[in-house]
Amino acid sequence: MRIIVCIKQVPETTEVKIDSEKGTLVRDGVPSEINLLDLHAIEEGIRIKEKFGGQITVISMGPSQAEEAIRDALAMGCDEGYLLTDKAFAGADTLATSFTLARGIKKLGGFDFIICGMKTTDGDTGQVGPWLAHELGIPHVAYINKIAEIGKNYIVAEKLVEDGVEAIHCPIPCLITVLKGINDPRLPSLKLKIKARKLEIKKMGLQDLGGEASNYGLDGSPTRVVEVYSPNPPQKGEIIEGIPKKQADVLFKKLKELKIV
Amino acid sequence: MPDIIMNKAKCTKCGICVDACPFGCIVLADIYPEISDCRFCGICMVRCPENAISISVEEKPIIDLSSYKGVMVFAEQKFGKISPVVYELIGKGRELAKQLNEPLEVVLLGNKIRNYAEEILQYGVDKVHLYNNPLLGVFRDDPYSQIIANLIIEVKPSIVLIGATSIGRSLAPRIAAILKTGLTADCTGLEINEDGHLLQIRPAFGGNVMAKILCTHTRPQMSTVRYKVMKKAEMQQSKGIVEEREIEVKNLIDRTKVEEFRKAKDKVSIIEADVLVSGGKGLGNPEGFKLLKGLASLLNGTVGASRSAVDEGWIDYSHQVGLSGRTVRPKLYIACGISGSVQHLAGMQTSEVIVAINKDPNAPIFKVATYGVVGDLYEVIPELIKFVKESKSK
Ligand SMILES: Cc1cc2nc3c(=O)[nH]c(=O)nc-3n(C[C@H](O)[C@H](O)[C@H](O)COP(=O)(O)OP(=O)(O)OC[C@H]3O[C@@H](n4cnc5c(N)ncnc54)[C@H](O)[C@@H]3O)c2cc1C
Ligand SMILES: Nc1ncnc2c1ncn2[C@@H]1O[C@H](COP(=O)(O)O)[C@@H](O)[C@H]1O
Repeated sequence: MRIIVCIKQVPETTEVKIDSEKGTLVRDGVPSEINLLDLHAIEEGIRIKEKFGGQITVISMGPSQAEEAIRDALAMGCDEGYLLTDKAFAGADTLATSFTLARGIKKLGGFDFIICGMKTTDGDTGQVGPWLAHELGIPHVAYINKIAEIGKNYIVAEKLVEDGVEAIHCPIPCLITVLKGINDPRLPSLKLKIKARKLEIKKMGLQDLGGEASNYGLDGSPTRVVEVYSPNPPQKGEIIEGIPKKQADVLFKKLKELKIV
Repeated sequence: MPDIIMNKAKCTKCGICVDACPFGCIVLADIYPEISDCRFCGICMVRCPENAISISVEEKPIIDLSSYKGVMVFAEQKFGKISPVVYELIGKGRELAKQLNEPLEVVLLGNKIRNYAEEILQYGVDKVHLYNNPLLGVFRDDPYSQIIANLIIEVKPSIVLIGATSIGRSLAPRIAAILKTGLTADCTGLEINEDGHLLQIRPAFGGNVMAKILCTHTRPQMSTVRYKVMKKAEMQQSKGIVEEREIEVKNLIDRTKVEEFRKAKDKVSIIEADVLVSGGKGLGNPEGFKLLKGLASLLNGTVGASRSAVDEGWIDYSHQVGLSGRTVRPKLYIACGISGSVQHLAGMQTSEVIVAINKDPNAPIFKVATYGVVGDLYEVIPELIKFVKESKSK
């Protein structure tokens, strides 16, 4: 099996706080990390490889620091890493991101599986997976909580939907986007960490991917952020005092006012 | 290539941009802030009080967008039942269409659904494009995306709205990819700006900020919209028509197959519930959820959870509320033993009424709570259950 995992380096969300007075993001030297759901994508790739053999390539589009994220993925057990990095790629929306990733992936030769996280914690769109699948001309299944079966030329994947679970039969090659419930990502092993430190992360820029710079990054993005502001600070609520029975009584009366009971 | 420019004559070295950059790309050097590895998110630019920062992009040629008119809503259905988010999209769509003085159209795909097309017309829709075919009974990304993209190419709506559901979030990027146009995810607000473009408002960075997004040079302008954010359309006298359309079966790509559907055991999903009783790490053990379930069923609601409770294995992931779980907006959200992390709040803070029960008076959940109860959930909830039961037996 040839598996490609797409990962993104994101600011560590626990550290990003909003200063409600100034309305700014507060970063106390925000470290970056691999997008949470992408860890599950990596883990699933490794599990497929452990069962069926093969090779896992991690690919990321981002600034040069994203090399760290790729190294972390190698330390979990991926085999090689590619970083798509160029000044021209910066500021990409989901169209430009998918376009760039697709160009990079086409350079890598064939594949059986592409695994993405369902969404990122910064972009938070969940659009890149399905969009990338279209660019590559392959089918996709989103919201995967379990791979039930891998056959010779198909998979059956369990998709979590609002009211239950759908088992979806999909031919290979295909792209899946995974949810947190699919697995528990392993920690990088010390041995692999040392090995990963020595591996070369291959870089591809505009020259390698080809085409006009205006198709990439901010210039190639149809959507533009025109304003950013902090959400309305929530109004101060009411604190219900007293012994538990009293508190429950007041709460019950509130529920009655709201016509819940 | 885009560039970010700092106008030194305007910069007062206040350092706001340094704090504002979510990626830590700006440092206050000896003289002026220095920007490296910019991702062009634009946050520093809009935060700078002196308007000293600007981003230069390649000027795109002005193109004629006037042939694109109207709002089109995707009517998601499952087993012949129209998804509730559709009525909200129609409500918003009608408002936008009225402002533009353009038509509101709906696209509906399925099998034996003619009567639903008629029903949709009652909500002030000008036209329903109906694809009624046995091949379309169950949603699959491939055929649905091609059919809808082809319709959009023919009808040329200027705005396309799709629910941010598991179907919509998978389908919309496929359609946008075919049309090579912009798509904004999970919008919570939609307006027409003075230039007639669609201003799309959505939370970003885990709900830490709100972003306004435009798509000015391609059409249609596409958005997915969260459930329970927009107001539902009201019924009115219908003047609209249903247009039955055929599909070209021969050229249809159709690669995936739904082999089986297992309905969740819970009667209502956390997204649809009007009342959600959620439990966190503070429950202490999986038994705690039994107590919460008892309260939830008395209130005709269902049970949610924080990530910590899910990680403990006390409850299934499908109940998780928050950044890496689901976004919910019930009428009533009762948070029990949940501290209220940024990531949890991101998924529930727009609930209509929030009740928080927590031992720790300093828990951040109290900042968003309409009613805060500082106390032990194991003491308060049984009492509350008693009151509710008493009132029901009367
Ligand atoms: C990228 C990322 C994504 C994340 N996504 C999510 C997400 O989607 N959803 C989510 O919820 N979290 C998410 N988190 C985790 C989040 O940061 C918190 O760790 C988590 O929400 C904490 O859960 P909790 O409030 O249940 O637990 P805790 O923070 O441990 O809080 C437990 C609370 O219970 C109270 N308590 C204890 N005993 C009692 C009692 N008997 N009665 C009343 N109160 C009691 C305590 O005072 C405490 O406030 C994410 C984190 C990251 C980094
Ligand atoms: N810059 C990127 N480089 C590599 N993969 C990405 C990138 N952006 C998004 N992805 C992948 O697409 C998924 C969904 O991202 P998003 O659409 O931004 O929410 C992520 O979980 C990644 O697997």
